[in-house]
Amino acid sequence: MWKGRDVINILDFSRNDLEVLFEKADYMRKNQYRLKNELSDIIIGLAFFEPSTRTRMSFETAAKRLGAETVGFVSEEATSIAKGESFSDTIRMLDSYVDLIVVRHKYEGAALLASNIAEKPIINAGDGKSHHPTQAMLDLYTTKTLFNTIDGLTFAFIGDLKYSRTVSSLIFGLTAFNPKEIILISPSSLRLREEIRLVAEERGLRLREEENIEAISDADVIYVTRIQKERFPDLQEYERVRGSYRINKELLDKYAKDDAKVLHALPRIDELSRDIDDTKFQAYFTQARLGIPIRMALLSLVLKGE
Amino acid sequence: MDNGKELLVSKIANGTVIDHINASRSLIVLKILNIRGTEGFRIAIVMNAPSTRMGKKDIVKLENYYPKDEDVQKISLIAQDATINIIKDYKVIKKYKVEIPKKIKGLLRCNNPTCITRKPDEQVTSTFTLINREKIMYQCDYCGSILTENDIIKDLTGEMK
Repeated sequence: MWKGRDVINILDFSRNDLEVLFEKADYMRKNQYRLKNELSDIIIGLAFFEPSTRTRMSFETAAKRLGAETVGFVSEEATSIAKGESFSDTIRMLDSYVDLIVVRHKYEGAALLASNIAEKPIINAGDGKSHHPTQAMLDLYTTKTLFNTIDGLTFAFIGDLKYSRTVSSLIFGLTAFNPKEIILISPSSLRLREEIRLVAEERGLRLREEENIEAISDADVIYVTRIQKERFPDLQEYERVRGSYRINKELLDKYAKDDAKVLHALPRIDELSRDIDDTKFQAYFTQARLGIPIRMALLSLVLKGE
Repeated sequence: MDNGKELLVSKIANGTVIDHINASRSLIVLKILNIRGTEGFRIAIVMNAPSTRMGKKDIVKLENYYPKDEDVQKISLIAQDATINIIKDYKVIKKYKVEIPKKIKGLLRCNNPTCITRKPDEQVTSTFTLINREKIMYQCDYCGSILTENDIIKDLTGEMK
């Protein structure tokens, strides 16, 4: 059941929930330009307390494709937060204006707090290093679209596995399926956090840690992350690890499986070379494109039900 | 509680005896209860007393002091086997074992500086859920960070920044 649900943590969603979502996303993909009346009575609040390009624009586009209107802000500077208003008060106000609120915040747990305050559904568009459930839903949907399955595949995650919420959310999302193995490639200082590992292993995922990039050779999905400067408590530590891994065509030709696909939530800096863009490995632009139908499906399911 | 052989201090008339504290943790127990000795009431601390069940244990006797529920919860996090004896006129009128709580509200601070419960001016009550009873591990309901027993001791004794 989707109607009225908060979307805070992908662990709250069963395999069946996610399959219903993917089916709806398929429908949205086929009909995306013919659904103007679907949510024409709806106003969606976009509360982005932290910068975002893709996620915000894809939510806004998804809403508009379904005929909904959007209100909101994209940084704290433009709001009363800059005048000292608390996050809770901002959410309380928005809750009385709109039908659904999409929240992004740099503090972990902000979306959960919003869902405790608001009566309207809350969709978490990223809270600090914790969760990014809609990105994980998109990544699972992209995988399913590319491989026609999620079960039995091997996933390699590369880069900042400690602070990346897209990585932890996708790993949580994978616990609903039966992937063959999860390979975690990172510098030792950026390994997956204990609390994520515990949940993943408890739910039956097979995890393998590696520091060497050659470990991508077993992977079907190669998931590359940006080393996120904004999440490092210590900038010296950031300088030490930035540029640890740089995935390029030569490396993929040498080590990757023939039919392996590279995903990246974007934006990229130097971890993902542009010379992959025109190769068979590139799937990150497909992934970005599928962000619209998956978020259309999500908004429709939460607001109108199955 | 006392078996004669290990009775090192006299009985108290009124107050609380905290028995079966993990050996050498009595000073931490006093610290988290914010008892410094300047309050004026008599305090007896017995450290490393022999115990059939625990090998060694600590005991704290506090004259005219009665713990509140929150204090008992704090004790349970530091000394999981502790028993609390409430004394009136030299008699134990109430005796119970502390119980480690499944949920802790408001008492502990999250060790993650960017947890929403630590955002200045936000006034969110922290809540934690017990995830490992043997190792004493709690998880923040908001950000998912894990508090170990060591983190909890540091927090309750004010050693965490």
